[in-house]
Amino acid sequence: MTTIFSSALVALLITTGAAQAQTSVVSVDPLFEALGGKPGIARLVDDLVPRLAADPRIGPSFKETNLRELNRQLGDQFCVVAGGPCRYEGGSMKDAHAALRIDKADFNRLVELLQDAMDARAIPFADQNRLIARLAPMHRDVITVH
Amino acid sequence: MKCISAAFSAATFLFTLACAAPMAARAADGKLLLTGGVSSIDGAAGGGLTPWALIGSYGSVGQWGASAFATRVQTRDYTLDDFGVAAGFGERFELSLARQSFDTKDTGTALGIPGLTLKQNILGAKLRVLGDAVLDSDTWVPAVAVGLGAKRLDAGALSPTLAALGAKENGVDLYASATKLFLAQGVLANVTLRYTKANQNGLLGFGGTAHGNASLQPEVSLAWLVRRTVAVGAEYRVKPDKLNPSALGAGLREDDWKDLFIAWAPNKTVSVTAAYVDLGRIVPAVQARRQTGGYLSLQLSY
Repeated sequence: MTTIFSSALVALLITTGAAQAQTSVVSVDPLFEALGGKPGIARLVDDLVPRLAADPRIGPSFKETNLRELNRQLGDQFCVVAGGPCRYEGGSMKDAHAALRIDKADFNRLVELLQDAMDARAIPFADQNRLIARLAPMHRDVITVH
Repeated sequence: MKCISAAFSAATFLFTLACAAPMAARAADGKLLLTGGVSSIDGAAGGGLTPWALIGSYGSVGQWGASAFATRVQTRDYTLDDFGVAAGFGERFELSLARQSFDTKDTGTALGIPGLTLKQNILGAKLRVLGDAVLDSDTWVPAVAVGLGAKRLDAGALSPTLAALGAKENGVDLYASATKLFLAQGVLANVTLRYTKANQNGLLGFGGTAHGNASLQPEVSLAWLVRRTVAVGAEYRVKPDKLNPSALGAGLREDDWKDLFIAWAPNKTVSVTAAYVDLGRIVPAVQARRQTGGYLSLQLSY
């Protein structure tokens, strides 16, 4: 009797557990999926960071930057912004850019380089716009020269 | 009259260059593709028919930029040729000049003036008052701009007729525009309110005996960014219809203008816009057909 009850309880727990697992899979942000989850975002950032450093306009801003660290932080930030299961542990946007001279043209150039990287990763245009839409408001903290 | 126009044009352009001198250092490429709009028929940046709250050219904050355009509109019975230049300063201020040339063809002949071509000069100024149409993607606040188009018509042999109809040969359109690119959806929406009494955008003068005052006319544009380099959209312009009624009864009534367009900007130097236009009836007393047809515009940017 106890054995049957235990088995039923275990079965019930497994079923409930499976149902919960299913619920959390269903609620993943579609943008996070469209970017290819964590591995997709990692590949995107791997493509993006060299473009930033090499750009004639904004490259000089990254001269003193630890690019590996930047890669990690961008990956975390994109993951968080795209609704993925990550935590961004870098500084605030404002602090990170306060010492740099960044104008609106520089910010727009960053957006273009991100678009180029997303094109290279074959991310559909509509998904590109969704990601940019979540990042664009950061211009208020990133642009230091008005 | 022609000397004054030419001098005015030259002075305006020199003024433009003088203002630009302090910022002359950088080639203007600081804006995202297509976010300077295309050249509207009056010369201001926006859609093809309507000015938007975008400052023209690719000059961003701290930059200036310039553009030139050539447009041809070919409807069933008329042709409009349109050329102009514009300069944008720091995403804040825009100056533009446009020269329209409207060939009345058979209608002119029917009016006893074969070869009648109506010419109009338009000086435009626009000031973006608040907002950013592109980057403020976390708020409903649009970019808002106010502007004016100072228009001077050279009606040639049609002048006495316009005078008899109570239509002046110069006028000023005032407008306010609100524009927003809904980034996540890739859709741009614009609403313009134009305070005007221009007849057929000024080609048949300004106002009429029955309606001497300007009124507020709404204009809307909707565009979908298909890719970085291509936008498709539609525009609708409500017209003031000030020559209705006139001495010719309803013979000079005008209809709203509309278009469906596609704009292609392969880079920041050139853009091409093609559209299907419906300009409604133009001088229906003589030519009753709706003036539908094609619109083609080339814009070069520096």
